[in-house]
Amino acid sequence: MNNPQLNANGELQHLLTIEGLPAEIIQHILDTAHSFVGVTEREVKKVPLLRGKSVFNLFFESSTRTRTTFEIAAKRLSADVINLAIATSSQTKGETLLDTVDNLSAMHADMFVVRHASSGAPWLIARHVAPHVHVINAGDGRHAHPTQGLLDAYTIRHYKKDFRQLAVAIVGDILHSRVARSLIHALTTLGTPDVRVIGPQTLLPTGVERLGVRAFNDMREGLRDVDVIVMLRLQSERMRGPLLPSAQEFFKYYGLTTEKLALAKPDAIVMHPGPMNRGVEIDSSVADGKQSVILPQVTFGIAVRMAVMSILGGT
Amino acid sequence: MVKPALPDAELLVNELVARLRPVIDDRTAMIGIHTGGAWLAQRLHRVLGLTVPLGTIDISFYRDDYAQAGLHPRIKPSQIPFDVDGRHILLVDDVLYTGRTVRGALNEIFDYGRPAAVSLVVLADRGGRELPICAQYLGATVSVPEDRMLVLARSDGDVFTLCLESNE
Repeated sequence: MNNPQLNANGELQHLLTIEGLPAEIIQHILDTAHSFVGVTEREVKKVPLLRGKSVFNLFFESSTRTRTTFEIAAKRLSADVINLAIATSSQTKGETLLDTVDNLSAMHADMFVVRHASSGAPWLIARHVAPHVHVINAGDGRHAHPTQGLLDAYTIRHYKKDFRQLAVAIVGDILHSRVARSLIHALTTLGTPDVRVIGPQTLLPTGVERLGVRAFNDMREGLRDVDVIVMLRLQSERMRGPLLPSAQEFFKYYGLTTEKLALAKPDAIVMHPGPMNRGVEIDSSVADGKQSVILPQVTFGIAVRMAVMSILGGT
Repeated sequence: MVKPALPDAELLVNELVARLRPVIDDRTAMIGIHTGGAWLAQRLHRVLGLTVPLGTIDISFYRDDYAQAGLHPRIKPSQIPFDVDGRHILLVDDVLYTGRTVRGALNEIFDYGRPAAVSLVVLADRGGRELPICAQYLGATVSVPEDRMLVLARSDGDVFTLCLESNE
């Protein structure tokens, strides 16, 4: 199969989506991230791998956490980081996406981290750039958010060790979620036997079962005996038309409360990619509770992004 | 071609132990370089009865051939479970060759802090240095054909042997 992310030797050239990535590459990223966790805990939190390289953060869609963690990751690899606030740049003056990329390439960019509201934009850039330039998808439309999927997988592996024993439930707005898609591909590739998506029918993509998951409309049924619960943000800004009666109604049926959490295994972990809406998809008592690993996810995200950048930069 | 005779690794370990014993105290720390150096350091640390916990490092993040060769496929986390500042550190590797690994290890150690001194402990020196680095505590000098790799092997019973492998 022709995978535009891999070079002729089967090495990772760009990271655009987890779909179709071999399990060995995913494992290699997670293993490498494990070594970077140690780096982030020492006196000098830097290694020299990307010294002299320039990483451009190209965010056509707003983000604080993802952009910041990419920036920290690149800086800890000793790269120079240039952040572009596209909303205030030449794109608003009519420049095309590829002209912007050409101009930045002329400034000797070595890596682009791209977030875009349109699915496929990072792929378009990856096809366009010179062979030594690498592209990382930091979220494109509803399509994919591979580093989030990888950091979720890293977090699950950190707490639960072996994917081949696990039941994982992803809950909420699956329809608009690139995070859900990326995580589902990571989990199934790594051999997770029981992946479930839970949400109202209006927020589940048609034919979601084809991704190798079981779909539930009843949260109480879907959460039974799971090891991992991943709550998703209700993406009201992407919704067109009335998909939900109200946020309050959503919370009643799909909000994670202490009482619903009790249906999962006693040692189940609770994850959320952020930003979370307390009282919409998750209750504060759960978000701040002892089963929550939402903040460790953020910390692991830096190590995972360091791993991805260092693997790409050496290809 | 005459097969070069390789020294008995276990005898060399005993010699290193004898040479190190007079210079250690309860503040001496030890760091082994993955993978062979870490095995050797585990043994030396145990036999010498060092009280500061053993450190191990994987220098993959400090390799100078990253731009040509990329990131090593199997990286182990570095663990230095003691405060490096002001410490006398015995840095342990199995084989000393170009010196580039030791250069990477020194850079990594200094990212943890400022040691008082670092001494290099090596089981076998095969020559071929490309940097001004030498071992303070050395088991033996070994002559190895340039197209071969000298590596340390460890059996299930924790017995060391030096052996030659062909360069990939």
